[in-house]
Amino acid sequence: MDAPQTIEKTNALEPLIYEISTPGRIGVNLPKCDVPESDLPTELMRDDLKLPEVSEMQVVRHFVRLSQLNHAIDTGFYPLGSCTMKYNPKINEDMARLPGFALLHPLTDTAGTQGALALMYDLQTWLAEIAGFAGVSLVPAAGAQGEFAGILMIRKYHLDRGDAQRTKILVPNSAHGTNPATVTMAGMEVIELPSDSDGNVDLDALKTVCTGELANQIAGMMITVPSTLGLFESHILEVVEAVHEAGGLMYMDGANMNALMGVVKPGELGFDVMHYNLHKTFSTPHGGGGPGCGAVGVAERLMDYRPGPVVEIIEPDDDAPLYGLVEPPKTIGKLKAFWGNFGMHIRAYAYIRAYGASGLKDVTRHAVLNANYVRAMLKDTYHLPYPRICGHEFVMEGRFSDVEDIHALDISKRLMDYGIHPPTNYFPLIVKEALLIEPTETETKQTLDEFINVMKTIAREAHETPDLLHEAPHVTPVRRLDEVKAAKQLVLCCAPVMKSH
Amino acid sequence: MSYIPHTEAERQQMLSAIGVTTIEDLFDAVPASHRFPDLNLPEPLSEMEIAAEMQALAEANEHAGDFVLFRGAGAYHHFIPSVVNHMLMRGEFYTAYTPYQPEVSQGTLQAVFEYQSMMCALTGMDAANASHYDGATSLAEAVTVALDATRGKRNKIILSHAINPQYRAVLRTYHQGRDLKIVGDNGHADIPDLIDMLDDNTAMLAVSYPNFFGQIDDLKQLADKVHEVGALLVMVVNPMALSLFKSPGALGADIVVGEGQPLGVPLSFGGPYLGFFAVKEKYVRKIPGRIIGETTDSTGKRAFVMTLRPREQDIRREKASSNICTNQGLMALAAAIYLSLMGKNGLRQVGELNYHKAHYAAREIDELNGFSVDFSKPFFNEFMVKCPMPVQQINDRLINEGIIGGYDLEKDYKHLKNTMLLCVTEMNIRDEIDALVDVLREVK
Repeated sequence: MDAPQTIEKTNALEPLIYEISTPGRIGVNLPKCDVPESDLPTELMRDDLKLPEVSEMQVVRHFVRLSQLNHAIDTGFYPLGSCTMKYNPKINEDMARLPGFALLHPLTDTAGTQGALALMYDLQTWLAEIAGFAGVSLVPAAGAQGEFAGILMIRKYHLDRGDAQRTKILVPNSAHGTNPATVTMAGMEVIELPSDSDGNVDLDALKTVCTGELANQIAGMMITVPSTLGLFESHILEVVEAVHEAGGLMYMDGANMNALMGVVKPGELGFDVMHYNLHKTFSTPHGGGGPGCGAVGVAERLMDYRPGPVVEIIEPDDDAPLYGLVEPPKTIGKLKAFWGNFGMHIRAYAYIRAYGASGLKDVTRHAVLNANYVRAMLKDTYHLPYPRICGHEFVMEGRFSDVEDIHALDISKRLMDYGIHPPTNYFPLIVKEALLIEPTETETKQTLDEFINVMKTIAREAHETPDLLHEAPHVTPVRRLDEVKAAKQLVLCCAPVMKSH
Repeated sequence: MSYIPHTEAERQQMLSAIGVTTIEDLFDAVPASHRFPDLNLPEPLSEMEIAAEMQALAEANEHAGDFVLFRGAGAYHHFIPSVVNHMLMRGEFYTAYTPYQPEVSQGTLQAVFEYQSMMCALTGMDAANASHYDGATSLAEAVTVALDATRGKRNKIILSHAINPQYRAVLRTYHQGRDLKIVGDNGHADIPDLIDMLDDNTAMLAVSYPNFFGQIDDLKQLADKVHEVGALLVMVVNPMALSLFKSPGALGADIVVGEGQPLGVPLSFGGPYLGFFAVKEKYVRKIPGRIIGETTDSTGKRAFVMTLRPREQDIRREKASSNICTNQGLMALAAAIYLSLMGKNGLRQVGELNYHKAHYAAREIDELNGFSVDFSKPFFNEFMVKCPMPVQQINDRLINEGIIGGYDLEKDYKHLKNTMLLCVTEMNIRDEIDALVDVLREVK
């Protein structure tokens, strides 16, 4: 195809790969065919493959230049609440690329996978220990899939006990959107619970539901600890007890596990199931939107329901036990092909190995220290709806009572001009103009001080030169985008491909 | 510890700014009865020690670096140009989050837009999303789209038994909370039998292309028959086969899903892989998961952004069609880089190498006493071999010769006794194929 010269090209940061395509060019050097050729089935074949034609160096420059348009942990501070954007150790990347792991076929016979299975077995054991659970399944590919696994386990548990009427899941209104979406996917129904003025679940409302006429329809409750506001639920034991007494099971969203390692074990608080985000707490990189791993930990009564397979010792031996992939007897089934995102298991293994017990406890201690330090330093500049000690993150309002028309979005966009990634904004939904800030433990005090200063500067700018914020960002590769146009015109692929249809 | 940078002096300054004495004071809200439990974990290791320990674990595996691999069955060993890994190793890509803030995420956004474009080109569809967890979950999510597209009034799902058994299992896991009739895959119904099952309660019919046995089924009449009853045709495809064979779009598919791992993603013991998901234009607004669109910024510059966001869980909450949030962004990037390097001609060459080598191996094996290859349908790079004894026995022999043999189909299909699914790719040189044939010749 001809390289189309579009008007946009002259007005683009980087041309599309299709726009630098030249017929006949190729970016690889492939071997010649070393076997006798066979007849190709011409009537079944295509002649319309619209892929770009570029050289190897063009590809390299293109993707290097694209990479330079990203903000990333490796380029700057990333205080994105609920996402735990901590440093991703480089050794982990090297380990995942060892040929013995990277070139291992998932259907290799058990005898040939003992190294991989031993790694998974140890990781299962360690994760169970860290959160106080009886066992773990590493299968779920992401937090959302871990949640789905948890709710399916709760559902099946009740069905097996003849409690088919238990179809309702309690979800606080501060919950991440995946929680209610998961409940629907599992064919169950959400009962939303209000929060009290301290940001905790409204205990009276919870008790009313748990002792009311719906009590025997309650399958369980999903709750994030610390909450999405970054707060430890101070009456968590009462919450667990109320739901258990109604016959429901407790699901913990473990997205915020970075605040809990060596501090409290969710299993010991009475939780029945929880997902871990290996791509948050255990340092596996976010990859610009995945891959992740949402391993699930369960209490004894849900062990048999775990998504399969799990790794077990199938032939005990003190020196060299034989590991195998095993389907738990009442499993909810397979959640993905093969055995989970093994590449993420490798990285999490290396991470836990580097820290050990005392180190992981230090991770949490410093994550919480960093968050509280930033909170303390900004509390006189920004309004904190819940002015108390926080966990690994805290929420503040991105607005000022004495300036009209400054929003969390404006503050977020202005932060980019200072080379800082914005906090999570407009979440949790129960806080107006929310800015959710999570510094993580790997940031230095100097970086935090710089952020604090920038936030104070932006507050001053909001009062003195508000348009600086309204029009921000100013120095990023692109300015604010026309998102309405994107949804309306719906250009979802490059022009040469579209023209081919 | 090297990943925590605090000095003792800094800790004290920070604690005093907060107004507490010790770090432990920050955890008063945690119930005292359960606070600060012991963690029974191994002692921490230095970076050198970690590398040594993990190298030993890695080397305990029989991997394609040390063994000649003839196994596929859903995961494929293909050539990955060096450039792919070099680009993936750029911290600007792999340490970034989901591109919710487009002004500082144009790199990821444009790369995924290009990925979507190339997947549309491969599949012959109008729109592709930013990816799902893997091929199996893509198929499971296709069911949701089909149910929605038929307005929730139909609940019959017809599956070919020749779709990867693991994908069918995942589909059932995903939809166990729904009242669905999933039919077609409990025997060995061929395409005409599946057509006979179509009725006005059918939301979708799914087939695999090539199928799990490596074969290309005759799908010419299929789309018309499916559309006659108002259902959707879903095709599960191996993207590498699309280097040669007619696109699913040309065959009338409404939704195309599959495993993108063959496109530049290593085997990695089954994950992370790449689920792709592409649709005809009329279903664009029903796609689950993230999707990147083109727009302009306030100065008129071209830019990319996550679009059609109101479908997603963080906005629609319990009304969202899927809870998907994280996708496989870095794997989608790998596929985009891989397809850029291969391009139109390179991918075709790789496809032909696969085809010729697989057919050479098939012919050679078919001539051996006791072995016969199923040539009843055209195939791409995998084929079925009927063996004179259980597959496991043959594979035990092969492994001693440094060869990982084919997949034992009896594990999933009880009627396929002594049947091996062999995979030959561009990675297998002729000497390796000949060595395989030599060992099989001696098997008794």
